[in-house]
Amino acid sequence: MDLIGTFLRRPAAASILSLIGVLAFYAIFGGVDLGRFAAAASWVNLAANLGIVALPVGLLMIAGEIDISIGAMIPAGSMTTAILSGYFGLPILVGMLGALAVGVLVGLVNGLLTVRTTVPSLIVTLGTLVAMQGIVLSSSVLLTGGVSVSLAAPDWAKFAFGHLIAGSHQVIIVWWVLLTMIFAFVVHKTRYGNWIFAMGGDKDSARNAGIPTKRLTIGLFILSAVCASFVGMCQAILFNSAQVSGGMGFIFNAIVSIVVGGVLLTGGFGSILGIFFGTVTFAVVSQGIYFTNIDRNWSNLIIGAVLLLAVLMNNTFRKLAVNYTGAKNRN
Amino acid sequence: MSEKVPVLELQRVDKSFGPIDVLHEVSLKVNAGEVLCLLGDNGAGKSTLIKTLAGVHKPTRGKILMDGQEVTFDGPRDAAGRGIATVHQFGGTFPLMSIGRSFFVGVEPSKGWGPFKVFDRKTANDTAVKAVQDFGITRIEDGERLVGSLSGGERQSLAIARAVHFGARVLILDEPTAALGVKQASHVLRIVNETKRRGLAVIFITHQVMHAMAVGDHFAVLIRGAIAADFRKGEKTREEITDLMAGGETMKDLEANIEGYMETHEGHPPPAKA
Repeated sequence: MDLIGTFLRRPAAASILSLIGVLAFYAIFGGVDLGRFAAAASWVNLAANLGIVALPVGLLMIAGEIDISIGAMIPAGSMTTAILSGYFGLPILVGMLGALAVGVLVGLVNGLLTVRTTVPSLIVTLGTLVAMQGIVLSSSVLLTGGVSVSLAAPDWAKFAFGHLIAGSHQVIIVWWVLLTMIFAFVVHKTRYGNWIFAMGGDKDSARNAGIPTKRLTIGLFILSAVCASFVGMCQAILFNSAQVSGGMGFIFNAIVSIVVGGVLLTGGFGSILGIFFGTVTFAVVSQGIYFTNIDRNWSNLIIGAVLLLAVLMNNTFRKLAVNYTGAKNRN
Repeated sequence: MSEKVPVLELQRVDKSFGPIDVLHEVSLKVNAGEVLCLLGDNGAGKSTLIKTLAGVHKPTRGKILMDGQEVTFDGPRDAAGRGIATVHQFGGTFPLMSIGRSFFVGVEPSKGWGPFKVFDRKTANDTAVKAVQDFGITRIEDGERLVGSLSGGERQSLAIARAVHFGARVLILDEPTAALGVKQASHVLRIVNETKRRGLAVIFITHQVMHAMAVGDHFAVLIRGAIAADFRKGEKTREEITDLMAGGETMKDLEANIEGYMETHEGHPPPAKA
């Protein structure tokens, strides 16, 4: 009983229950062979690409901010890599570093605008989202005369960032798992995680407690922009080409994953494990439908229903956690 | 008393934001083991004064002295480092964090080495629980509890215990009892007395005269950014203090006005002003 209570009070509880629910639903009503599904690559590939973006954006949401400019940063990352190393023929390392540098730059702009002005980060990053789309499109046309650039990456770069393991699983999955572990360690085991939660709980008190809230906010924005351009870079290396469009879907998909994962929209509550399972749940719902005999047009309905159910569960479990008055008489 | 060097002293401090003067020649002293009650109506400049004391604002003119030495605070962290702790109305704590985690925000205990330095949850929880229990709040036993599960008075107590634990010498309490019920408020007042007994200098900001009189040794009334009165315990009655806070317009006059109005208006009180 106590074990169940402890589980339910965790921020990840609802996402894990949602995942189990969705799998059960697909298995019972869709006739999915779960073993075959688990071995399939499509949902893992989606989860990995989405997950690498969802992790830092989730942290920003825990800290009380949001970054939607990631939608433009994914094509920005892939186009920078492809233009530098494909079109201009520079070494792939230059292209990769260039992509990450663009991420640092945009993250810095987002962060500085957020901490220096009183404009909400949703609006700031909406601005940079649209602006970056313009910059990527016009610089691509200006420099290359087109909106799509091909790229031939050397073997080592292909191996590290853009090959298919066993012919189906993108290598980015390894990065995703690795990054999840690093994020989980930093957020839940070190003091910096504590700072992020404190900042999302009450920014003024956090600042008064001596936390460098401005630097931390800017750092988190840089992290999310860099992670997004990293995903774009990996995609360019994997697909041997980059396009200026695409990436917009990531914005809402990432937010759905994060919210299903138990992060409170207003900040101060959430977990990396929750974001991880939220992303998996999202990927399972949207890709799993192809393994069922359900018409795939229904998948968005299921995502919407899962989102609402998960949020309801999250609210209930959070209340449970807040009302929990502690283990009695432990000594 | 006069030979004691005050822990914290303001000498003719002015603070203006552009053309607006918020504080005007404010002089205050607070000694160790004493409670200074700062009374004032809304908008009297209390929060600006608190922020100046806590290092958020720098005084435009005038001096801040600690232990008789002139100091300048380079921000809240500097002031906190010198032992000035501020506790805000809602405890300044984080409702969705555990007691242990919120207790150590910004000063997390860690174990391990190098990049693997981890937050020491057990030490944090045990220390936090012990610190509040030492103040007589024995209902808090589990450091994993979320701060949001505590009552308002318990949250205040947790915040005060935190400040004392981290070696505060001056404790600034910003309206600690304003949002509390009678019983909860008396808990907090008891903790203020305990803090004083431990030798801290306490600055207690309130507009509730009763609460101020229950713990105060020394009182200062702030009106429109200036100290309108400065007196010690027992020198003024509750009515006199209330009158001072209302800005000189005495409560008696006000009552007389109301009575006069009621006589001419068939016993109805005057309409409330918005």
